[in-house]
Amino acid sequence: MTKNFLNDFPILRGKMNGNALAYLDNSATTQKPEGVVRSICGYYGGCNANPHRGVYELSVKATKVYEDARRKVADFIGADGREIIFTKNATESLNLVAYSYGLTNLHADDEILITVAEHHSNLVPWQMVARATGAKLNYVYLDADGNLSAADIAAKLTRRTKIFAVTHISNVLGIVNDIKALAARAHEVGSVIVVDGAQSVPHVPVDVGDLDADFLAFSGHKMLSPMGIGVLYGKRHLLDEMPPFLRGGDMIEYVTEQETTFAELPQKFEAGTQNVGGAAGLSAAIDYINGVGFDEIERIERDLTTFAIAELKRLPYVELYGCDVANKIGIISFNIRDVHPHDVATILDAAGVAIRAGHHCAQPLTKYLGQSATCRASFYFYNTRRDVERLLDAVQSVRSVMHLA
Amino acid sequence: MLENIYTELIAEHSRSPENRRTLPHATHTERGHNPSCGDDITLQLEIADGKIVDASFGGTGCAISQASTDMMIELLRGKPITEAKRLAEIFIAMIHGDITDDDTLAALDDAAALKNISTMPARVKCATLAWHTLEAAITDGDAHA
Repeated sequence: MTKNFLNDFPILRGKMNGNALAYLDNSATTQKPEGVVRSICGYYGGCNANPHRGVYELSVKATKVYEDARRKVADFIGADGREIIFTKNATESLNLVAYSYGLTNLHADDEILITVAEHHSNLVPWQMVARATGAKLNYVYLDADGNLSAADIAAKLTRRTKIFAVTHISNVLGIVNDIKALAARAHEVGSVIVVDGAQSVPHVPVDVGDLDADFLAFSGHKMLSPMGIGVLYGKRHLLDEMPPFLRGGDMIEYVTEQETTFAELPQKFEAGTQNVGGAAGLSAAIDYINGVGFDEIERIERDLTTFAIAELKRLPYVELYGCDVANKIGIISFNIRDVHPHDVATILDAAGVAIRAGHHCAQPLTKYLGQSATCRASFYFYNTRRDVERLLDAVQSVRSVMHLA
Repeated sequence: MLENIYTELIAEHSRSPENRRTLPHATHTERGHNPSCGDDITLQLEIADGKIVDASFGGTGCAISQASTDMMIELLRGKPITEAKRLAEIFIAMIHGDITDDDTLAALDDAAALKNISTMPARVKCATLAWHTLEAAITDGDAHA
């Protein structure tokens, strides 16, 4: 029997527009369990000082909270603590790689390969690198099912490719890419692989050693943690060679009037006072996720996804995107014929059902799908079949509200 | 709540095809866009002697943005630019909840039906897109077809 997670998430017991809340926008951000909120309060209430700097006990306590969180993250994804850089979010992590690795290592005639299913955070920075270095930005497109086109990868991942940046799970289609195989292919041609793990790390077990990912970026807020804490994992030898991204306090070794030498990893990439409260929250979130277990998380999300797709397919006026694939989890994009997604989202909102409508920060993909926008329902382990039923009921009311039926 | 927003009048205007065309003698063409949600309209005006002789639009967006654009065009056709500017001010003030009395709003004709959007902050920009696009078109000064 599934645990009733609602006890740990008071916000999910609340109402929206007078109806019980069915929160189905987990790809945008997840809700936070009480334990995570308590850990943030506990840090600021009992341990707050500037870490790494003071010699007094409170500062030592703050340092311990921060560095324990780093170790927790490292263990969670199979990395070494020195390979874990705390950032603001996945976007900052990917920008760090683009600015620090991309601008340093790419030249004219080199190529960057990304996929048409990337979130803007794993797309716009690479446009910048291509423009600044003269490198060419190429795209992998999708096959008829919505998977990455194997033929496209074979043709475009070549000796010229120096960076292959790819999402682990599409934030629009929910399709899981085989990162281990893609990493092996990238390494064969001498490219690094940059993995956007924003939608995968919260939902499936990720082991950077097993995947052989060179860089992995993810956000805390999509995995029960507060907003404003994110992670960049990078292989140590790559991070060691990279110049700092931001410069200032705490990332230095010696500073003279004209010169600076930089701190060792990971401090080299953590300039200024960091989000220690956020790190405490992320640490508690990882404990919570480990407590639930990925087997259970996958089981619940697969059940909800399968159920929702099967029921949506029965509605002749619903069009689904990328839903005929086995390796899909947690995220469903759809449209209702003759109704714009924003109107759908407003009608669902009135029924207490929170979904996202729009381009989901993936405009090239939306255009590639031939749409101007889509509706997206996305699940986490605390969602229930009842939430999906509420979604389905509301979806079935849309056309009559719009005077179409 | 929903029945006050998605009225039949708004549904009809959102799907009405008459004003969806290209103006053969457009003097002003202005594109308006809500980047966060993707509403994207192109407004065309034919202005002569300080008067909006004809207007049309194209593009995609939600029912509220499309209905609002259609109703605005119906209202503005044949009106002097000075009057169009005055109506834009009334409409935008209505959507922000700053003007609520029905006598003033009567000047907006069908467009007054969007009054209840003022209670839905998430949809305000859908309703005002056409009117902000109009303002951009007629305050740019010179004609650009």
